Amino acid sequence: MNYHWDWLFFFQEADDGLMYYQWVLSGLGWTVAVSLTSLAIALLLGSAFGVLRTTPNRWLIAIGDTYVDVFRNIPLIVQLFLWFFVLPELVPRDIGLWMKQDLPYFVTAVIGLGLFTGARIAEQVKAGINSLSRGQRFAGLALGFTEWQTYRYVRLPMAYRIVLPALTSEAMNVYKNSAVTYSVGILELYFQYKQIIEKTSQVLEITIVITLAYFVVAFATNRLFAWIEQRSRVPGMIAGGQGGK
Amino acid sequence: MRKSLIALTLCLTAAGLAATAQAELTGTLQKIKDSGAITVGHRESSVPFSYLDATQKPVGYAMDLCAKVVAAVKNELKMPNLQVKYQAVTSQNRIPLMQNGTIDLECGSTTNSLARQQQVGFSVAYFITSVRMGVRKDSGIKDIGDLDGKPVVTTTGTTSDGLIKQNEKGKAINVKNLYGKDHADSFLMVESGRAAAFVMDDILIAGLIANAKNPGDFAIVGPSLRDEPYGVMVRKDDAPFKALVDKTLIGLMKSGEAEKLYTQWFLNPIPPRGVNLNFPMSPALKAAFATPTDKGVE
Repeated sequence: MNYHWDWLFFFQEADDGLMYYQWVLSGLGWTVAVSLTSLAIALLLGSAFGVLRTTPNRWLIAIGDTYVDVFRNIPLIVQLFLWFFVLPELVPRDIGLWMKQDLPYFVTAVIGLGLFTGARIAEQVKAGINSLSRGQRFAGLALGFTEWQTYRYVRLPMAYRIVLPALTSEAMNVYKNSAVTYSVGILELYFQYKQIIEKTSQVLEITIVITLAYFVVAFATNRLFAWIEQRSRVPGMIAGGQGGK
Repeated sequence: MRKSLIALTLCLTAAGLAATAQAELTGTLQKIKDSGAITVGHRESSVPFSYLDATQKPVGYAMDLCAKVVAAVKNELKMPNLQVKYQAVTSQNRIPLMQNGTIDLECGSTTNSLARQQQVGFSVAYFITSVRMGVRKDSGIKDIGDLDGKPVVTTTGTTSDGLIKQNEKGKAINVKNLYGKDHADSFLMVESGRAAAFVMDDILIAGLIANAKNPGDFAIVGPSLRDEPYGVMVRKDDAPFKALVDKTLIGLMKSGEAEKLYTQWFLNPIPPRGVNLNFPMSPALKAAFATPTDKGVE
């Protein structure tokens, strides 16, 4: 294969006056910003809807189940297109124009990715709460806690610890899924990847660098969660818990 | 044990023979002769250059030109039964697939640029595209100057952004750059009012307009921001093969056959839906047919 290797092209000036390595860094910045914001939204939504689905009220359960079923069964890219292209046409004309012309694309992207990831986290939070024995809730109620207080002080602290490994995977997935947001105009890492290929044709160098960049952010997240897992471990709670080692 | 030894010896001998054969004759022509097959890289939706018709067969203007090249290869190698394989490529993988030998020639809509010439070779240009603006007629945009402060979309992974700034009239204005996932996506941004203009190769815009719900709502306006030649992609530094491709294409241009193919694909209804692009030959393309060149753009 007669490939023309040229690692130094990263230090060449692109047509906007920046160097190509700066394009990569700017893309990485957007990837991290989109991912962390989406993850924050997803943790809030996922916890809220996960709790709803374990309450004794069947209407609340139905709301939580609907959310999870809808957002887990539609492909991410289709969801982003629904928010980006379809929603502005369904709302009143003035709001639609505002969404199309003034609303930053970042907002559309993180809401889309956040809702998608939130549905997956809701499923895990529900599983965590349901894995606790019924006696935990009864004991809390017997002590005079309200239903909410049994969640806040008894069930959620344990449920989060149990599902932390699953949440770690989800947090790593957000980075990888964030690549899809290039399709709604976010200038993130994958966008810069395509752009740099087209401008320089140095396909292999840029592919290697972008692959490493994704690996590094996902792996750093993995280590961070492993650390949280270790620090938050309650001795004896889960048999032989080794916390991400 | 003995069996594996024999097998090993046979393998080594075969490898040795192959190596000798390669040392004597190199290049795509030799590879085609050895393998008894030629692999043509094609696009899936580069209308009308190279795309899939209703039966998923690759067709188009570039495919027709390449069919003539394949015929010339058969003739040159005296292999009338040469097997012709087709391999779909994308704008991301077409160059690596050419370099690693998966495809032998690429017939699509690939701009012959100097950056790409570092990696691959190009035939003489068979089409010249101009980067212009696709707009909604009711937007009132007629020229670059009208774009000041407006959102302008181009497709991710193309080289059209930045061209406005390089244009004389574009220097004084500021536009907001947007990026669509693919050409259909970018066009949708103009159709839905997200973007005021789509800056892209005029022929691609013409294809999108022809397929729009109301083609009369759109227009291609403004000066050419840049002319780009499309060439058949071949391996780099493979002079004998490139010479054969060039000779065939130049022959078609001189005999008027290339112009006939142009009329068939650009000025007549084409598959799959019988849409007519109505895209007459530009003066730049007429000049390229009169004096064929393989010069690349920056």
